[in-house]
Amino acid sequence: MDDAIAVHDLFVDRGGRRVLDGISCNVPRGAVTGLLGPSGSGKTTFMRAVVGVQVVARGSVTVLGQPAGSAALRHQVGYLTQAPSVYADLTVRENARYFAVLQGRGRAEADQAIADVGLTKAATQLVGTLSGGQRSRASLACALVGQPELIILDEPTVGQDPVLRADLWARFHAMAAAGTTLLVSSHVMDEAARCDRLLLIREGRLIADDSPAAIRAAAGVDDLDEAFLRLIRAGAAGPASADATAGREGVS
Amino acid sequence: MNPRILAATTGRILRQLRHDRRTIALLVVVPTALLTLVYFMYADQPTPPGQPAAFDRIALIMLGIFPFVIMFLVTSIAMLRERTSGTLERLLTTPLGKLDLLFGYGIAFGLAAAVQAAITAGVAYWVFGLHTAGSSGLVIGIAVVNAVLGVALGLFCSAFARTEFQAVQFLPVVVVPQLLLCGLFVARDQMAGWLQAASDAFPLSYAIEALQEVGANAEPTGTMWRDVAVVIGAVVLALVLAAATLRRRSG
Repeated sequence: MDDAIAVHDLFVDRGGRRVLDGISCNVPRGAVTGLLGPSGSGKTTFMRAVVGVQVVARGSVTVLGQPAGSAALRHQVGYLTQAPSVYADLTVRENARYFAVLQGRGRAEADQAIADVGLTKAATQLVGTLSGGQRSRASLACALVGQPELIILDEPTVGQDPVLRADLWARFHAMAAAGTTLLVSSHVMDEAARCDRLLLIREGRLIADDSPAAIRAAAGVDDLDEAFLRLIRAGAAGPASADATAGREGVS
Repeated sequence: MNPRILAATTGRILRQLRHDRRTIALLVVVPTALLTLVYFMYADQPTPPGQPAAFDRIALIMLGIFPFVIMFLVTSIAMLRERTSGTLERLLTTPLGKLDLLFGYGIAFGLAAAVQAAITAGVAYWVFGLHTAGSSGLVIGIAVVNAVLGVALGLFCSAFARTEFQAVQFLPVVVVPQLLLCGLFVARDQMAGWLQAASDAFPLSYAIEALQEVGANAEPTGTMWRDVAVVIGAVVLALVLAAATLRRRSG
């Protein structure tokens, strides 16, 4: 019952192609849920549907008890797009302060968000002069600055150095421990192990929905990469949704 | 609309402008440089008796046209950048209202245009001895309304452009016909009926007529106020249409 996101039978078409093909799943509150899948599997589209910026063909997406995209949710959901969406001709601090005001926050929260992503030293630098990794962290700071209840992060750690990546994941878990719900996409399997729960999608279908340990146990291997491979092969042999349903029932 | 968000958005757009020194220099220098060109073009032209000097007539219209054209271009590109950089989509997932964004652009670029118009008008009056029967303050005021008209049309048109290449093509489509028919080249009452009808439909025609009223009359006339009201109406219409093109959901 205590789910931050409830998706039921979601179908999405983009450019005449079916991108999400009947996805149903739940994302629990106060946890880090990983959205894993290869490039083009529908991760970004799924996240857009949760944020409420995606035109949906069929199905329902309920976020924090309200239909996705409801006006009230704009105060409660933080969204990091895959490509950094910050103003290149403003400094890191000016960006963070602007997005802070939009969420009803002040300068202290803006500086805190900058510190949280490790950009304090670059705060007065124009975003356009930052490296790719720094730029995506500036964008991340703008998603965190409103201290939302639900944070949707589309590949937040791409191109980050390993130490920073570990720091960011520690930060995500600290936020989850404080009650924030995080949905984090990645196509890197070693990040999957850091999540409390995993959603694996491939070609618009949900292949797995469980904790990393349960997925390892179900596949009978310790390596998540190998576990996913087995799930995909099993899914290809039979109906993909059967796995998803079984996984969901295993935990709720 | 939320006053805090509107103020923050206006401030953000002005801050972006402030970091772009070259654009500021172009905004300040270009209209004055073009006006200088016009001054020397007409320096040796004889003035027919009983008519305003050619420079007075042309320069006055130019003071209305520069902010319109420049702000149209600047706004179309700025708004297109919001779309292509993903910041627009991000903004629309926040509590920001569509009108906060559109009015933010209108106010920010309107302020920039006020500075630009004051400088250009200052040079026209003091350096080149522009003479108008009415006050220079009204001329600057109408120039700013024109700039806001350019901003509003730019915001609306940017919705139909996917790339910068397309966005700049809207200049000849939206701006040039208005320039041709506004009365600068051929007086509006001397044009063929269908051209007059087109001219009547273009907001810029009213803005230019308002300036001409200030040029010819010591006190603001009823025609001038009506013209200004028409231009402001066109601004509101363009902003409403622009708001309708901003979709929070897309395919």
